[in-house]
Amino acid sequence: MGESHDKCEESLHLVYHYLDGELTDEKRVLIQQHIDDCPPCFEAFDFEAELRIVVKRRCHDEAPADLRRRIAEALHHEKLHPPVDPEYGPGSNSLL
Amino acid sequence: MADQATFAEDAMEHMSSLYTAALRMTRNPADAEDLVQETYLKAYRGYGGFQAGTNLKAWLYRILTNTFINTYRSKKRRPEERDIEDVEDLYLYRRLGPLEAAAAGRSAEEEVLEHITETEVKDAIESLPEQFRMAVLLGDVEGFSYKEIAEILDIPIGTVMSRLHRGRKALQKKLYDFGRARGLVSEEPVVNG
Repeated sequence: MGESHDKCEESLHLVYHYLDGELTDEKRVLIQQHIDDCPPCFEAFDFEAELRIVVKRRCHDEAPADLRRRIAEALHHEKLHPPVDPEYGPGSNSLL
Repeated sequence: MADQATFAEDAMEHMSSLYTAALRMTRNPADAEDLVQETYLKAYRGYGGFQAGTNLKAWLYRILTNTFINTYRSKKRRPEERDIEDVEDLYLYRRLGPLEAAAAGRSAEEEVLEHITETEVKDAIESLPEQFRMAVLLGDVEGFSYKEIAEILDIPIGTVMSRLHRGRKALQKKLYDFGRARGLVSEEPVVNG
């Protein structure tokens, strides 16, 4: 009982690392085994995974067609008239 | 070295994703469009310095983020340094648990998740203080790894993890507040476990 509770605690503590794919293989297998055997933990993991999908899906905006056109034009203009600003010379990393 | 001639072809596919992030950062469509346009111009000009075959999307995000920090954020008097309320882990889940018994057929959790609207998700993300908002956007919306986020934001991996963790909890609290305001969830005692 006590040991199992510890495993629940540990698993829930690592739920984000697990979902983020940022665990070592060894740790990942241990957590996977635990949630396969523990319905309450499975449910919590499942909820967090579903929530992640909901957030990702419902936070999307399409770039407006007008913006696409403006950027294509700006890049075209830039190609025809490259800036003389040395800051942007070849290999320059100044923009980072 | 990447070839400037192929820039448009290589980079245009990421525009909606960059625009989504720009909207959440600036919280204003006109500024978001300008920010994306500026990002593409800077990226085009600096494309020679991009290592072809490495992560183009992460590189574009780094330019977007830096441009936002240097240009748009400085419009404000001072950067947002507000902290967030610290709430417990699995905030939303722990509050939905008690409803499950009452739900017929499918679980209350599924029900609630399904009814969270696009506007609520976007508003919840935009409500986060900037440093947490960026981490959540890059991690949860764009799916970048901790290492990529660390490189994009130029912060240590430990900081990425803590911002993501706290940002996610705050996001859940906001979504819960929205759900309550809409009567989607009621105020129930918290279950442990």
